[in-house]
Amino acid sequence: MPLLEVKNLHVEIDGKEILKGLDLTVNTGEVHAIMGPNGSGKSTLAYLLAGKEEYRPTAGEVRFDGQNLFAMEPDARAASGLFLAFQYPLEIPGVATMTFLRTALNAQRKKRGDAELSTPEFIKKVRDVAGKLGIDQEMLRRAVNVGFSGGEKKRNEILQMALLEPRLAVLDETDSGLDIDALKIVADGVNRLRSANRAFVVITHYQRLLNYIVPDVVHVLSHGRIVKTGGKELALELEARGYAQYQEEAVA
Amino acid sequence: MNVEIATIKTAVETALAQAFAEVQPRLPGDRAVAAQRAAAFDVFAKEGLPHRRVEDWKYTDLRALMRDLKPLAALPDAAAKTRAKAAGALLGDVEARRLTFVDGAFVAELSDLSDLEQGLTVGSLADALSGGDPALATHLGKLAPAGDVAVALNTAFMGDGAVIRIAPGATIERPLHLLFVASEKPAAIFVRSLVVVEPGARAMLIESHEGPAAGDYQVNAAVELFVGDGAHVDHVKIIGEGADALHVSTLAAAIGARARFNAFTFTAGGAVVRNQLFLKFDGEGTVAGIRGATLIKGRQHADTTLVANHIARECQSREVFKSVLDGEAHGVFQGRIIVRPHAQKTDAKMMTQALLLSEQAEADNKPELEIFADDVQCGHGATAGALDDELKFYLMARGIPATEAEALLIQAFLGEAIEGIEHAGLREALMDSVAAWLKARGGR
Repeated sequence: MPLLEVKNLHVEIDGKEILKGLDLTVNTGEVHAIMGPNGSGKSTLAYLLAGKEEYRPTAGEVRFDGQNLFAMEPDARAASGLFLAFQYPLEIPGVATMTFLRTALNAQRKKRGDAELSTPEFIKKVRDVAGKLGIDQEMLRRAVNVGFSGGEKKRNEILQMALLEPRLAVLDETDSGLDIDALKIVADGVNRLRSANRAFVVITHYQRLLNYIVPDVVHVLSHGRIVKTGGKELALELEARGYAQYQEEAVA
Repeated sequence: MNVEIATIKTAVETALAQAFAEVQPRLPGDRAVAAQRAAAFDVFAKEGLPHRRVEDWKYTDLRALMRDLKPLAALPDAAAKTRAKAAGALLGDVEARRLTFVDGAFVAELSDLSDLEQGLTVGSLADALSGGDPALATHLGKLAPAGDVAVALNTAFMGDGAVIRIAPGATIERPLHLLFVASEKPAAIFVRSLVVVEPGARAMLIESHEGPAAGDYQVNAAVELFVGDGAHVDHVKIIGEGADALHVSTLAAAIGARARFNAFTFTAGGAVVRNQLFLKFDGEGTVAGIRGATLIKGRQHADTTLVANHIARECQSREVFKSVLDGEAHGVFQGRIIVRPHAQKTDAKMMTQALLLSEQAEADNKPELEIFADDVQCGHGATAGALDDELKFYLMARGIPATEAEALLIQAFLGEAIEGIEHAGLREALMDSVAAWLKARGGR
């Protein structure tokens, strides 16, 4: 059984159809890249998977580990192992990063029937994970993402991912706005988590990130549909030739 | 005594006039105090209870909201005193010197009067009035605005309360806790306190009000607080009245030069609450933080009315008031900053924010600046809105259930005001109260 199975997915936002019959199958252990121009529906797919309220399907289905994803609230999706690294992580004034991380981790554990971590256990775990990712402990002492640089916010997403250990991580343009050093930290975080029990969907506009996170499968998304699927060499071809040919194909 | 009753119309107003006529001969104090009471009652007799056509009471129509007058509180009996022993839980583990008042009357055996710190004098207003304490003549009624009807009624009926003096330069480490407890009996309670913090002294004053959950009572509490030059005073008021209570309270303070002054009000209880702050910055170079957090639901009504009067130059004041309104609750904030002509270089910024958790909740915000000086930095801001869905989604996308996500955001919202309290233990106690309120609220 595939970990994620998207069939003939149609999504409208404000009466406009953004996804127009998208199919995607991701198996455990795989890393998929979804590339596409602006407006092709990449972020819509990411938000829809995570369960954002305005993103409702008009047709099609999505199964995550065999379960109907649309029947699950966002927190239930997260607890069952789905993680979205946000393109624009939000600032939450007044909520300490450590409180946020602990509440999230323990809520997921509780939902899965695991024991909640005690404060010392939790602190040890966060320190370990942050240490491995090269994340400054100082960042953990601030309110969630408040006053963080763009790179710090993205690193915080990777920290959350590493801490929550999802079965499927969707990275929505995690590379956007990052300098090369920050990009390497992000990629390193993903690569450390790659395993036979986990899958990734890496959404990106540029091929650059895929030099560091080498995908098993590359999809081209255009006008709300996957128009081409190939191996990692497809990313290089896109980099060289651009999206123009696919945009025409999709419209035709 | 010639009492003008021409404008008294409603049953409650008539009942107040009758109660005053009856109780007046028995109220403590010398002839000067009796004259003060009579003059104050005249203010009420002329104005009647404040109603919505009185601008300062526009959103809290006391004439409509006060449906009857409870019998004037009697001295508490043994059973009431016994029950009052369990009061004060709102403060959690905060270690403080407790002065207990049951139905407005000072109860020495429930108060900690042992080993008073050097420079601290504590007594009851009833004793001070009966004994002719000379401090009363110079201080009592000097700060509370005589024209405010709530204050006028308090002055007319005041029976007991705390009288506290802190000597020049004295540092009182242990917070002073004025615990006001209402008993099971329906009662109208008028309590008046006087606190004089002399120059260079340091003190923290906690004023908490509570009563039985189903208690049918009315509280009118006023505190006059003198903060001397160079003094450092924190005042925290916790309004945790029973669900049916009517609570009107006033803090009138004058703050001297180069002082530090912090005031905080936490409002969670009561059916109808009017919390008034009248602050006068009399001396230059003072730094003040005036904050509040309100957390109400059901059909609760809570009004915070603040007047910050900058008379002297170079004072800085920050006003931050936050309210969380659920159900059909009605929150009111009226804040007026006045900068007098000589108060140059005043730096005053007021922010008020309401978080509406239901469609039926209502927030009224009325911030006002009246500036008569030309070299000042003043500003105000007001917001009212629902919880941010984007933030809630972000939290839920990390596995946090909706109710918990909302609770985290609400705690963060109020936390921004509560963190202004300097006493860590008290901050924690209030955050615990917020958490308990949220837990009781549950899911949607």
